[in-house]
Amino acid sequence: MVSPEAAEIRATPPIPEAIPDFAPDGKLRRNVLDLDDFSAAEILSVLDGTAAMGEVLRRDIKKVPTLRGRVVVTLFYEPSTRTRISFEEAGKVLSADVINMSTSGSSVEKGESLLNTGLTLQAMGVDVIVIRHPHSGAPYLLARHLPRVCVINAGDGLHAHPTQALLDLYTIREKVGRLQNVKVVIVGDVLHSRVARSALWGLTQAGARVTLCGPTTLLPLDLLNCGDERDEGHPFAQVEVNTDLDRAIEDADVVMALRLQSERQSGGFLPSLREYIRRWQVTESRLERAKPGALVMHPGPMNEGVEISTGIAHGGHSVIEEQVTNGVAVRMALLYRLCAQPSAEKLETAG
Amino acid sequence: MAERQIMNEQDIQRALARVSHEILERNRGIADLVLVGIHTRGVILSRRLEQNILRFEGNRTPLAELDISLYRDDLQGRLGPVVKPTRFPVDIQGKKVVLVDDVLFTGRTVRAALDALNDLGRPRQVQLAILLDRGHRELPIRADYVGKNIPTSRDEQVKVRLVEADGRDEVALVRRED
Amino acid sequence: MLTSADPDSILIQGPRIVDPGRGMDAIGDILITGGKIVSAGPRLSPADLPEGCRPIPANGMVAAPGFIDLHCHLREPGYEYKETIATGTRAAARGGFTSICCMPNTDPPLDNEAAVALVQQRARAEGVVRVFPIGCVTKGRRGKELAELEELAAAGVVAYSDDGDPVYDPNLMRLALTYTLDLGLPISNHCQEHRLCPGGVMAEGWAATRLGLPGIPAAAEEAMIARDLALAELTGGWLHLAHLSTAGAVALVRQARERGVSVTTEVCPHHLSLTDDWALGYQGTPDGGSGPLNYDTSTKVYPPLRGRQDVDALIEGLADGVIDCIATDHAPHEAASKQVTYQEAAFGISVFETALGSLMALVHRGQISLSTLVDRLTVGPARVLGPSFEELATLHPGSPADVVLFDPDLDWVVDTGEFASKGRNTPLEGVALKGRVVTTFVEGKVVHQDSLY
Repeated sequence: MVSPEAAEIRATPPIPEAIPDFAPDGKLRRNVLDLDDFSAAEILSVLDGTAAMGEVLRRDIKKVPTLRGRVVVTLFYEPSTRTRISFEEAGKVLSADVINMSTSGSSVEKGESLLNTGLTLQAMGVDVIVIRHPHSGAPYLLARHLPRVCVINAGDGLHAHPTQALLDLYTIREKVGRLQNVKVVIVGDVLHSRVARSALWGLTQAGARVTLCGPTTLLPLDLLNCGDERDEGHPFAQVEVNTDLDRAIEDADVVMALRLQSERQSGGFLPSLREYIRRWQVTESRLERAKPGALVMHPGPMNEGVEISTGIAHGGHSVIEEQVTNGVAVRMALLYRLCAQPSAEKLETAG
Repeated sequence: MAERQIMNEQDIQRALARVSHEILERNRGIADLVLVGIHTRGVILSRRLEQNILRFEGNRTPLAELDISLYRDDLQGRLGPVVKPTRFPVDIQGKKVVLVDDVLFTGRTVRAALDALNDLGRPRQVQLAILLDRGHRELPIRADYVGKNIPTSRDEQVKVRLVEADGRDEVALVRRED
Repeated sequence: MLTSADPDSILIQGPRIVDPGRGMDAIGDILITGGKIVSAGPRLSPADLPEGCRPIPANGMVAAPGFIDLHCHLREPGYEYKETIATGTRAAARGGFTSICCMPNTDPPLDNEAAVALVQQRARAEGVVRVFPIGCVTKGRRGKELAELEELAAAGVVAYSDDGDPVYDPNLMRLALTYTLDLGLPISNHCQEHRLCPGGVMAEGWAATRLGLPGIPAAAEEAMIARDLALAELTGGWLHLAHLSTAGAVALVRQARERGVSVTTEVCPHHLSLTDDWALGYQGTPDGGSGPLNYDTSTKVYPPLRGRQDVDALIEGLADGVIDCIATDHAPHEAASKQVTYQEAAFGISVFETALGSLMALVHRGQISLSTLVDRLTVGPARVLGPSFEELATLHPGSPADVVLFDPDLDWVVDTGEFASKGRNTPLEGVALKGRVVTTFVEGKVVHQDSLY
């Protein structure tokens, strides 16, 4: 017997059961290295956490005491503005002590190896290391050798940039309302884009349809071959490649333009910027072929007038600023997630 | 695990009806009143209290939701990795806030909720409504409105099940057998 | 250690004698006296044995001529923290190698008589197997002008190579092949067209792209091999191609052989057994996702580990003789040079002590016969080194008693803690192998005895 009152209350939006899913696949998440080891469930769970963090960021006083006494070090071996500040803000809003270690003026300049720097930080009791490094796999090296530190990859070489990918996923879900079957076109230098690679994992896991578009010299065709040669069920098996942007963009819900680095031209990947602009710039007229209201995203920093026209970059389709705002929230959600999870021993005793 | 029902659907309804009346009585109506539910079951209970008050008074009371995960004093505790959104559509500045939760135990959740409220504004007064007080306080906190007092031993668990989250209404006491 | 012969007599009793140089593969006995093979053939009766002869029971084992390695790095002088002649030769002995040719990319490089003499002298004083230095092709390995190749030949080098780098200038390579026509020694080239692999650290392909690592396409090796084959054809010089790694390279050599080009080749154990996806970790069993095992720097080697079809083509080439021999390219490194990012890590694998175990997998799988394997480790390299090495490659009576005794079926797990080499850099750490060297003799002396026996 359900009382009329209860029935009426039930008509209000259901509240999801609090599922402690620290270990959705039976293992604790110690590190965020790439999205390739995130299940769809875990990705969605991070995005849910991000929404709550967004509320904190909209408050007058953007400060909660959650990570008091935790130490987060940002260890950046490459220049970065937005990612570093985004992590710093995320840590500080959560009341963590955030220490920015720049490689110039530190022991790194004296030739200290990455591993020794990591071991030193671990010995100092640092809880989280956020690392950016020009070499692919550098965060994995730290993760493998630092059992008492959580490692977050803030971009490694050409390999991965998982937090950027998560904020892109969050932005898409916020704006489109879902990720399943959303058509995302990634345009540009996919080969050298760690953002695109992590996004590829995240988007495919979450059920989005991805089309890669760009010069064939700048597409990671090897990566997609795994679909043919290795495993039909591989998430990349459904990824499409179309070098013709006018075609690729048809019916797109989201167009993600990637930064084109000027050295790609000198490296011979492109005949000229002029030709690149003609074939692959995201422009007003091209965007007309996408779905009405399609989103335009860019991981930044932009080369306006190269991969994206100025009108589009600052126009109504652009969610580039929201991406930056969401970046802080997503990083808060990850810092919370890594720091708040019970230790392995605790999980074990809890059975 | 031995489980014993201590409140059924009617018991819960009656208790909430009484608490609703007490809130109205103490505050002399609903002027300046805001109900703030603590995730997860406190939010459900706050909605039920709001419905009761609507029936009794014919007016709606502002509702808000609070997740206290960010204010816990035991970070690596029992809660999950996902912080649920705190929804605060109302300004609590100068208002009388009634915090709503299902069980009052150590008092630590309420302590965290008070901290959280503090970051959201400065209410004139904060009151606490709970469905069940099971004792064993670790902090100097008491409830203003109590659905039921139940003496428990520390190693017992109290399960509050509500239709909206669990498919049925009941409160049960679970004792570990070992 | 390689001093006067041991006067004692040794009888190796009942092994399967695999001696491809004499076409022998049969159970028998080997009698060694005074550091020489007296007999390696049918079982001997007690009457035939000299007095006081020490018997070594070897039932179920294989006895073969000691292995000859055309390509290793002993790191001395200059990089003694990676390996020394003392440790490197002990590692070789543990791997069943009794003659090894060391590459000249030391510091200083072996581009002159004195440097060569230093290595020879150290090897005599501290080594436990025979060491034959290879000399540089160019002065200082700088690729600008030829080293004094005749002086090096007179000093006793067995080949020339700038290994670690190719002889980059095509005209200099032509001249080197021409100049050495009357010296009778091969030019061994490390073929890598750098402009095709800027920053490359592993084989181009799925795994490299997956890891975000700059790739080395097969064409980077094949382009220079094609160039060198054309130059060998042009000059009539003796080209030796170091460490083939691609199916295309095997095909190029096959065609050149058919045209009669004077070329010899080698292949490394790791290129016959490991593939590029070992860099993902998981030791060759790729996972859908990656994990903290990723970026195994011990798999970083030049030429890079490549794909399955390359491995298969190399095995086929080895089996049918297009590839003359197996060379280890033993390249030991200190731990620090591998405990860095993949891009920073040094190229090279410590191979000596796992070579036989990993090669025996080819035999156990039926891809090559045991006698072919032994041929490619003995007769093959001896052919590249010239007639004076023939006697080191067989158990012919009268030859120096360089013998390896191994258990072809012993299962063991690689533990680099047991290595004699200073280089613990191998992706095979913890991997189960089948086939293990038991005893190694150089001139009748035991230079390695396995602790399990």
